[in-house]
Amino acid sequence: MKPFVYSRATEAAAAVRQVSNERSAKFIAGGTNLLDLMKSGVELPDRLVDIARLPLAEITALPQGGVRIGAMARNSTAANHPLVRERYPVLTQAFLAGATGQIRNMASVGGNLMQRTRCPYFYDPAMRCNKREPGSGCSAVEGFNRIHAVLGASEQCIAVHPSDMCVALAALDAVVRVQGPEGEREIPFDDFHRLPGDTPQQDTNLRHGELITAVDLPALPFAKRSHYLKVRDRASYEFALVSVAAVLDVSGGRVRDARVALGGVAHKPWRAREAEKILTGARANEETYRKAAEAALSGARAYKHNTFKIELAKRAIVRALSTAGGSGA
Amino acid sequence: MNENERQTISVNLKINSVNHALQIEPRVSLLDALREFAGLTGTKKGCNQGACGACTVLVDGTRINSCFALAVQYEGRDITTIEGLAEDGELHALQSAFIEHDGFQCGYCTPGQICSAVGMFKEFQRGLPSAVSETMTGEIEFSDEEIKERMSGNLCRCGAYVGITEAIHEAFDAEVKR
Repeated sequence: MKPFVYSRATEAAAAVRQVSNERSAKFIAGGTNLLDLMKSGVELPDRLVDIARLPLAEITALPQGGVRIGAMARNSTAANHPLVRERYPVLTQAFLAGATGQIRNMASVGGNLMQRTRCPYFYDPAMRCNKREPGSGCSAVEGFNRIHAVLGASEQCIAVHPSDMCVALAALDAVVRVQGPEGEREIPFDDFHRLPGDTPQQDTNLRHGELITAVDLPALPFAKRSHYLKVRDRASYEFALVSVAAVLDVSGGRVRDARVALGGVAHKPWRAREAEKILTGARANEETYRKAAEAALSGARAYKHNTFKIELAKRAIVRALSTAGGSGA
Repeated sequence: MNENERQTISVNLKINSVNHALQIEPRVSLLDALREFAGLTGTKKGCNQGACGACTVLVDGTRINSCFALAVQYEGRDITTIEGLAEDGELHALQSAFIEHDGFQCGYCTPGQICSAVGMFKEFQRGLPSAVSETMTGEIEFSDEEIKERMSGNLCRCGAYVGITEAIHEAFDAEVKR
């Protein structure tokens, strides 16, 4: 690993200043993704500012019925918090679907938002990758692209976002709170991660030096009825081929409201708004769910090895909605 | 940063209740600090990338992968390795159960398996559900299925999983809150 200078931050403003002032400085929290990338020579920071001990780990109820999760809360702590388990079961399930017990104990919520793709060509500096080295080309487009995107990709990059947590946060309309050199701002979840376009090197709309301080979950009473379904090659400790976060408000056999987000299919957690439109007001049955699934994948485009993902995603959507909807009472 | 400007720092690690004052570079992992600088080779280096769990240790009672951790980040924390599990010359109940149930063949993954299972059981006692739990809010049974899912971060190339699962039951079943 390339040498770097380390400093431990004791307050957020100082951490923001230290990273802002140096182009190749980075924050480190749990380190579970960053250190891996540094060992591989993909990330080469000159300075690491340790934010793990900043007092940003609290999980609290918000006045209007929502919940605030501090960015330094560990994935396992957030998963097990009563406010999260009771109000947003889909989020607890998403946390628990990701990584391993050890990694969930280390990884922070803020760091999970900053996870980089697990595209093997991104991870290997000997391969062409526009995300790692802009302009070098994409080895995945013509390569072994079984795990790659079917929605929202570009000629430059067909990588997918690896997080489970983020798929649930997309469905729940979370808001990311950040602190930068110019003050604080809030970023709606849909605007946090980016599609690759011509700038796949930028995963998010966070500016250099901006620190994630918390994630706010708005009140969503019907989120009690929600489900996270992850389909993967192994039963545990594997990234999603396809995943679905489904939140459904059903009464009298009809869908009153719905939130659907997909993982493993795009460069960012994919909010399936076309599916939500079809669901809202329709009968809560498998026929409706299938129509919604067709709509969600209507713009999908497969590459050589990942055609299967399109039908897999549709079936996963139907199953996740059926589970979340329960008996439809 | 060029090679001549390497930063060396003093890091105080509390390992198995003993303080170790180390002079290390910030890039030294907790795993390498334990093995190469503190001389505690019980913790094993397998994949060095968080995939195998051989490096699992406990920090303030919580299991983590020491390969994914910078030693400097764990200054002042209570680190327990396999060398610290026995008390007064008496093996930890799980260590004895591993011997009893053949929870290993070559033994390389064993320190990580044991530290991981000790941390795993604490998580279970705190009520943390897992990906295979039927409920996110209710009681969970300490079943084989739960153990396998919760231990999926620890690989055993010899395939001693059946013995490992039995050993975990043997050591902890009596403590499961009903």
